[in-house]
Amino acid sequence: MKKLPTNLLIGGILVFVVLITAALSLIRTPHDHALMNISEKFHQPNNIYLLGTDQLGRDILSQLMAASRNSMAVALIAVLLGGSIGTLLGLLASTIGGWIEELVMRFADIGFAFPALLFAIMLAAVFGPSLTNAILAIAFINIPIFARIARASANQIWNLDFVTASKAAGMGRVTITFSHILPNILAPIIVQATIEFAVAILAEAALSYLGLGAQPPAPSWGRMLSEAQTLLYLAPQLAIYPGLCIVIAVLGFGLLGDGLRDITDPRLSRIRQ
Amino acid sequence: MAYFLLRRTIGFVLTLLTVSVVVFAVMNVLPGDPALTILGLEASDDAINALRVKLGLNEPVFTRYINWVLNALNGDFGESHSFGVPVSGLILERISMTVSLAVFGMLLTIVIALSLGVGAAANHRKFGDWGVMFFSQLGIAVPAFWLSILLVILFAVKLRWLPPGGFPGWGDPLLAIKSLILPTIALALVQSAVLARVTRSSALEVMRLDYIRTAKASGFSRKRILWRHVLPNALVPIVTIVGMQFAAVVTGTIVIENVFYLPGLGRLIFQSIANRDLPTVQALVMMFAVIVVTANFIVDLLYSVIDPRLRERN
Repeated sequence: MKKLPTNLLIGGILVFVVLITAALSLIRTPHDHALMNISEKFHQPNNIYLLGTDQLGRDILSQLMAASRNSMAVALIAVLLGGSIGTLLGLLASTIGGWIEELVMRFADIGFAFPALLFAIMLAAVFGPSLTNAILAIAFINIPIFARIARASANQIWNLDFVTASKAAGMGRVTITFSHILPNILAPIIVQATIEFAVAILAEAALSYLGLGAQPPAPSWGRMLSEAQTLLYLAPQLAIYPGLCIVIAVLGFGLLGDGLRDITDPRLSRIRQ
Repeated sequence: MAYFLLRRTIGFVLTLLTVSVVVFAVMNVLPGDPALTILGLEASDDAINALRVKLGLNEPVFTRYINWVLNALNGDFGESHSFGVPVSGLILERISMTVSLAVFGMLLTIVIALSLGVGAAANHRKFGDWGVMFFSQLGIAVPAFWLSILLVILFAVKLRWLPPGGFPGWGDPLLAIKSLILPTIALALVQSAVLARVTRSSALEVMRLDYIRTAKASGFSRKRILWRHVLPNALVPIVTIVGMQFAAVVTGTIVIENVFYLPGLGRLIFQSIANRDLPTVQALVMMFAVIVVTANFIVDLLYSVIDPRLRERN
């Protein structure tokens, strides 16, 4: 058997750890993550509080675990939503072609003019800051990314012989799209989704840090960091753990995505070396 | 060339127009009354009506959009609701902060990334190369705001060399520069991770070519070959990413200003959100979007300067 690429292996392990932690938090965390107990504040790590407690006496480890589940949920919803809309638009463009294709692609160009942060800022200004708005903003920036990839990959498949054969056999373009094109562009879509998952985790953390995402008391790595920042002189350790969690999760999905791409598209991996 | 320029310029203007429609639509047409958003649910009907008249909300949407665009082109972004002064004045007061941060950040990004990238390519598959690859992999995963906090813990809390945040103004240039050091590093380190990787792979591609072998055989020094022969020809992909990163750096300043409490446009956006100051938010979002679109446009034009072959293809 061929050796797995290193990035796939490391990424897979990190992602596994993060997902297990998120799943475990659904069943049980060492303490109630939101339980405040002022008399227990600023504990150093000990046997009862494995990573210590924060300024309100809440258990850090439990908060980190609960936050991991939220982070995964946000990234999953945002990437699924933006990814499926984008993929459908890309398929639509590729299937119909002509001015519809031109229109969809020009709109994709315009989507690139809005980083998630700007979009989240607009939504927060109009509707007030909330996690839903953060998810919508992250989903929105995924639409043009997936539309481009879906269209480019689909256009390649349309030129293959077996698609020409299906056309000759009298299959309609829509039927061909769903029975032949979509299954064959899934690999690049899934690779991109893994990478965008990492981007979404990073975006959620940044938006929550800035107060545009998860609102208290919802646990979030980004929000934990913004609270910790006010206490840097008192308890700098509080600003370490949430950041490490973000890095592990983002690195994990990023490496996994790179690894999957190396496997599914060997041409790229040769160039990258 | 003229045709190419014309095509790109028309595309650029169309994109700007569409972006302005999107910004206007999100801020004005989505369900909800801006006057109600600004004043809050407890406001009296009279107050809401007065504000509606002042903001021109009773006019048709189309008229309001045209007015907004025409006024903005003349430098008039309306009046800030929370500050009670013209938005353009607020922007002018703060723009030097944001521009200096973005320019310093971008320069440092390019310096770090080109040195690391070319250095890694020169030491391909050796220790230095792996180090740079590790740095860039990590840099992509580290959020800029966490890196900022770590820098503050190290240089402000532990070592006490630099201030943890805030900006004293340019009256004392030394202190001003000191308070910009950490924000600039935080902005640049994360961005240079991506750029170093691109520089490395682009330089590696060029180093395989025959003329580099010829240059080596002619006895040019390694340094001269790297910086004079390899780097200029590796620039096309690097410029693409620099352009994309300029946009990222500019929006990155929004985050960094909030981490370090720097009085720039990024802070202003967040103050305006908290104050429900919609005209100010709308003007600032549009401004940042214009910068992003313009950066992409300039990259497009730069391509054809660096690599004339790309012009022919269009």
